[in-house]
Amino acid sequence: MKQPFESVVTLHSATVLRVCRSLLGVHDADDAWSETFLAAMRAYPDLPDTANVEAWLVTIARRKAIDLHRAAKRNPLPVEELPEAPTALGIPGMDDTDLWRTVGQLPRKQRQAITFRYLAGMSHAEIAAVLGGTVDAARRASADGLKNLRKSYPGASTKGARS
Amino acid sequence: MNDIRNDDTITALAAPINPDKLAELHRRLEAAAQSEGLLDVAYRIVDSPVGRLLLAATPKGLIRVAFANEDHDRVLETLAAKVSPRVLRSPRRLDTAARELDEYFQHQRKTFDLDLDLSLSKGFRQLVQQHLPEISYGQTRSYKEMAEMVGNPKAVRAVGTACATNPLPVVVPCHRVLRTDGTLGGYIGGLDAKTTLLELEKAA
Repeated sequence: MKQPFESVVTLHSATVLRVCRSLLGVHDADDAWSETFLAAMRAYPDLPDTANVEAWLVTIARRKAIDLHRAAKRNPLPVEELPEAPTALGIPGMDDTDLWRTVGQLPRKQRQAITFRYLAGMSHAEIAAVLGGTVDAARRASADGLKNLRKSYPGASTKGARS
Repeated sequence: MNDIRNDDTITALAAPINPDKLAELHRRLEAAAQSEGLLDVAYRIVDSPVGRLLLAATPKGLIRVAFANEDHDRVLETLAAKVSPRVLRSPRRLDTAARELDEYFQHQRKTFDLDLDLSLSKGFRQLVQQHLPEISYGQTRSYKEMAEMVGNPKAVRAVGTACATNPLPVVVPCHRVLRTDGTLGGYIGGLDAKTTLLELEKAA
């Protein structure tokens, strides 16, 4: 049985906003969030009951992010180059802030794979569906991202990082 | 690898998410869903002398009033299954209903002037519910009298069921129906709620 759409918003609102921010930057993320949930609400009655709702939302969010980029006549592919925007840095010392700062320095593919895997909790197959490419490529991007994180994130274990 | 080359993205990933931001985005979604015709069921929760009431409306009108003891989450799930899963907390559509209920509880209103969507009830139950507002404020009827009123004097039990399954309590005044001996009978919101409503109407 399908949950009321309000439950979908409550459960996934913050994750979708984080994903939109990681794809577009803080500035345009609000518009992408709005378009994502509006499109999701339109399609929701037809979503199979067994679907992974979060992966579905992230897929829509990515498509909306690309649309917004095109509409703004920026690079057709999101994220590689972002426009300069006034900083809206969070409170220093907040949980995870340092880790995500490090994630932000990863190459695009790795950063997206890590974002989808650990922010959105998606499987490698779902990440591959969102990013395009094979499941193996998604797994590799995620593994390489983790490896790089272990190297550069202070305090993380480096065991097994070298191959 | 460690050169900082994309400050904005780092900011985006690191920024904590403010609950006010999520509330603002929710309001944007409510407005957009309404103007795109996607808001199949809007709801809000209001405080009242009989506890927290859930109010839900379709574009046709008020479809559900639910007491806290009915479990609002369960009520919303039922609405999602029976009406549409496009259920969103969206207070604005319920502004009039909330105001009229407020006036009712303040002794400033005796009848409700609201569009109702009776589609959750069928057949005889809906017929009874359509006739319930004919019992005026401060008055009561017995289940038997109610059965006579809808032209089916033998259907006393069915009237009881129609009252017990009234999807719009308070607004559709099933609380004004009592047993023939004057005792309360049952009530969806519990007997305390029924007593509160009857006393409120007596005091006015």
